[in-house]
Amino acid sequence: MNIDTLMLMRDEIFLTAIILLMLIGEILLPIAKKKWLIHIGLLLFLIYTIQSFFPQKTGELFGGSYQTYPLVHFFKAILAVGVLAILLQSVEWIEEELLPYDFTAEFFILLFSSLLGLNFMMSAGDFLMFYLGLELSTMPIIALAAFEFFNRKSIEAGVKFIMLASVSSAILLFGVSLIYATTGSIYFDVIKTNMALPLMEIIGLVMIFAGIGFKISLVPFHFWTADVYEGAPTVISNYLSVISKGAAVFVLMTLLFVTFSTFGAHWDYILYGIAILTMFIGNLFAIRQKNMKRFLAFSSIAQAGFILLALLSHDKMGVQAIVFFLLIYIFSNVAAFGVVHIISLKAHTENMDDYNGLYSTNPRLSWVLMLALFSLAGIPPIAGFFAKFFLYAAAASKGYYILVFIAVINVTISLYYYLLPVRAAFLRRSENPIPKIHTDIYSKISFVAIVIGLLVLGLYSGVFEYISQISNIF
Amino acid sequence: MDTFDYIYLIPLIPLLMFLFLGFTARKIKEPVSGYLGTAGLLAVFILSYYTAYKYFFADGLVDGKYQQIRVMLKEGWIHFTDKLAIDIGIIIDPISVMMLVVVSTVSFMVHIYSLGYMHKDPGFSRFYAYLSLFTFSMLGLVLASNLFMIYIFWELVGVSSYLLIGYYFEKPSAVAASKKAFIVTRFADMFFLIGILMIGYFGQSFDFMTLNSESTISMLNSWIANHQVASFLGLSVITWALILIFIGGMGKSAMFPLHIWLPDAMEGPTPVSALIHAATMVVAGVYLVARLFPMYYHIEGGAALRVVAVVGAFSALFAAIIALTQEDIKRVLAFSTMSQIGYMMMALGVSGFDGYEGLGYMAGMFHLFTHAMFKALLFLVAGAVIHAVHSNFMKDMGGLHKYMPIASWTFLIAALAISGIPPFSGFFSKDEILMAAWEYNKIIWFVGFIVAGMTAFYMFRLYFRIFHHKDTQYEHPPHDAPANMSFSLIFLAVMTMAVGFISFSEYISASLKPFHSHIHWGSPLVIGSIVIALVGIGAAYLMYYKETEYPQKVAAAFGTTYKWAKNKFYVDELYMYVTHKIIFDKVSKPIAWFDRYVIDGFMNLLGVTTLGIANRIKFLQSGRLQDYAMYFVSGVVAIIIIVIYYK
Repeated sequence: MNIDTLMLMRDEIFLTAIILLMLIGEILLPIAKKKWLIHIGLLLFLIYTIQSFFPQKTGELFGGSYQTYPLVHFFKAILAVGVLAILLQSVEWIEEELLPYDFTAEFFILLFSSLLGLNFMMSAGDFLMFYLGLELSTMPIIALAAFEFFNRKSIEAGVKFIMLASVSSAILLFGVSLIYATTGSIYFDVIKTNMALPLMEIIGLVMIFAGIGFKISLVPFHFWTADVYEGAPTVISNYLSVISKGAAVFVLMTLLFVTFSTFGAHWDYILYGIAILTMFIGNLFAIRQKNMKRFLAFSSIAQAGFILLALLSHDKMGVQAIVFFLLIYIFSNVAAFGVVHIISLKAHTENMDDYNGLYSTNPRLSWVLMLALFSLAGIPPIAGFFAKFFLYAAAASKGYYILVFIAVINVTISLYYYLLPVRAAFLRRSENPIPKIHTDIYSKISFVAIVIGLLVLGLYSGVFEYISQISNIF
Repeated sequence: MDTFDYIYLIPLIPLLMFLFLGFTARKIKEPVSGYLGTAGLLAVFILSYYTAYKYFFADGLVDGKYQQIRVMLKEGWIHFTDKLAIDIGIIIDPISVMMLVVVSTVSFMVHIYSLGYMHKDPGFSRFYAYLSLFTFSMLGLVLASNLFMIYIFWELVGVSSYLLIGYYFEKPSAVAASKKAFIVTRFADMFFLIGILMIGYFGQSFDFMTLNSESTISMLNSWIANHQVASFLGLSVITWALILIFIGGMGKSAMFPLHIWLPDAMEGPTPVSALIHAATMVVAGVYLVARLFPMYYHIEGGAALRVVAVVGAFSALFAAIIALTQEDIKRVLAFSTMSQIGYMMMALGVSGFDGYEGLGYMAGMFHLFTHAMFKALLFLVAGAVIHAVHSNFMKDMGGLHKYMPIASWTFLIAALAISGIPPFSGFFSKDEILMAAWEYNKIIWFVGFIVAGMTAFYMFRLYFRIFHHKDTQYEHPPHDAPANMSFSLIFLAVMTMAVGFISFSEYISASLKPFHSHIHWGSPLVIGSIVIALVGIGAAYLMYYKETEYPQKVAAAFGTTYKWAKNKFYVDELYMYVTHKIIFDKVSKPIAWFDRYVIDGFMNLLGVTTLGIANRIKFLQSGRLQDYAMYFVSGVVAIIIIVIYYK
């Protein structure tokens, strides 16, 4: 192994270096200058994000434990952009809530570690690396969920999260051991060739699916979602709903499409059923929510159900639909959560009724919120419409017309509740609306970039064509 | 041959002017915006006359035939199929150059006239912006080199006409009129579009030069002869396409039965009526038929052209009868316009193609040209009178001759011209139309002949009742219009007297080859038409020069007919009945009921059900950790059981 081959895991090495630098910074900087850490962290992560867009070779390391190929590299870059956007939105929160307790460095280190875990998980070539990455991504985020230790709800979120994450990890590990028992290997390649499809393997897959489904919040593994999203700091809810979920979907996709591709018919009806359940449960609960964070939590559950549509296709069309959808979904949800975050931080409310008359005082925030929710709902010509359309197309191409029809019904339901906050902000009048909020420059940059991204991705086909080019992972 | 590359400037200048005035309408005030708009139009005016000079006297005529020059701005703008594409181009041939002169002259005069007429109007700058937009659209329509471009400008003309009719948007009647004009013409344009697509499909081109070429026409005719294309009611589908295109023209040119918008459109400012509803937009239909004249004439033996002739003749008569009875001077002029355009359509309809046989085509174009001048003049005088008297109705006028001599004299010139008294311009063009009609069909000629008499009568009824008739006492003594308005009147009066002497057949003909035509002074036809005009004028003199009892007696003698004519033969009411009582009540309402109660009801049911279910399952999200873990594990177990069961 030389430096060249080691550079295959450039992203992870870079990220580790940043974590170490932050750690050193935390030790060296005096208390009064801890504020610098925010800027150092942002700057380092910006560099990481930029480098992640440089091309990467295809190859593997550690005897196949670690793999990289264009699609996974591209997806890491998307996640980096998402995290960068979240970080930009959270600068003010860090200054207000974390700096006084001297928790700045911890926040960055934990968040970057979680991202590092996701990167390893996505690049994993065997179950060991996969599991290590999964845990590395989960544990720091549990700590972050409980970060506002003065807030009871935050603590509650942390406790619920760690308990349920443990249950799900246990089940996942049990599934992995069942697979190991029948195929005699933990390497994906070997598993694929040794698979003989006895019942035990299918049960193993069900358990692995449950473990990943926990991260994606598929029904019935979704119960933690709303409580944790609501209790955790909004920044962390944002991270959980897009970054962590996106990576988990990616992993589920590669596992189902490549490693367990032979399961096909023995398995698809489960996905079919879970897709319907997830869409309906997510939507039906989202309708009733008055708390914006819980609302977005259930909306993100429903969105996960739509992704399953394309998982049924088992072909390149499904891959490109999923990756494109995740890209748009990350953009839209980061924007929606960002608005909720800023309002929660400045006006100390997460209640939808308090959003009444938001447009009269904060027109620009209202526009961002509207755009994000329209994108989530899939209203043309915003990017979200095309993203959903490709998902349907992928499912329809394999003849799942009834499922697509059910999905369309669900989109209709979702349209109703996505319009509720928009109606509150634009049409409802209020005696005392949320006062004018002055957002800091970082949040502004983040919002402007996201809005441009949403509009451009909806109208410019270049990105989709690129994804389509690198989607051949079989 | 010299090039016409600069030609795109002619429509471009008003477009830029519109954009500039439109964006700065709140900043630039009267009269600067008016001067700017007028200066832009002056440039267009000069360029148009230069083009006309260059085309007719220098470059146009090659080997005894006028060239059709196509200036291509963008080839293959939109591709439908490999063969069928839309270009952006400009066509220069005798009729488009003639229309350039008409549009730029009238528009320029209207621009100058409006400086006075719109004085102190709060929307002064907006008015000039709209005028520029309209002029741009109309020039584009005239210069368009293919059917699709003409359609684009056709709609733009419709929009700018809508804006100008509804200029006084605080007046409900103006708003209603603008909507009516837009909807009626738009309704006609639907047929126009279908016709365009059909012609494009069969002719494999939208380009006028290609469509009018002998090869295309003979190809289509051979298809018709061999029954290779469908037919309907004995006419081939290609003829029907031409009729559909003509329906589009009927909408814009206010031919029966699509004329109902034109009288109402008089709600707009009077200079607008002069520009749009007398000289330019309303003749777009005539221009369209003339543009495609080779197709109309040759396809299936000119079946579509016969429709044009009949519709034109009927509209001419129909409108003339109504014009006899109207009291509002602008409405008299509106129906007169409709009648005269019917005349032009009729002229095209009765025309042959080659040489002297193409007299009707030439006469139609000639009449378009002369009519534009004197009808614009009539409207502008009417505007000056309305401006002075503050009323549209003849009963409030009378004896204005001594107060407004310029208006009176110019009106008299225009009235003599439209009545067909030599040597004024209308005589020449009208006489040639009647001559062409005589050779085509005696009934059509007779209709034209009667209409000529009626025209003379109602125009002089108008003249006498406004300027003589009685001595009305005015609160503020009216006086002649200010210099800028009077200038336009005098200029157009000079044009009205002069243009009749142009030997039009030297320049304009259906086959593009010049021919000779001259008035046979001694022939009974010419004498007859002068006599009928004089009879009309004489009758008007007897009845209206002084206040007499004749009008009531004549009206009583005609009884019901008079009442019907005065109410415009109840065509408006018929439309109201069809749209409200039949379409709205019998079709729209049941559909609306179905939408409200069945479709919406079903949707509401879905909504209520969804909310109900959401309420029932809320216990699942209890917030208790042990429940969540239990659901999680039971979920896994349930899936495993299903898998085992199905395996």
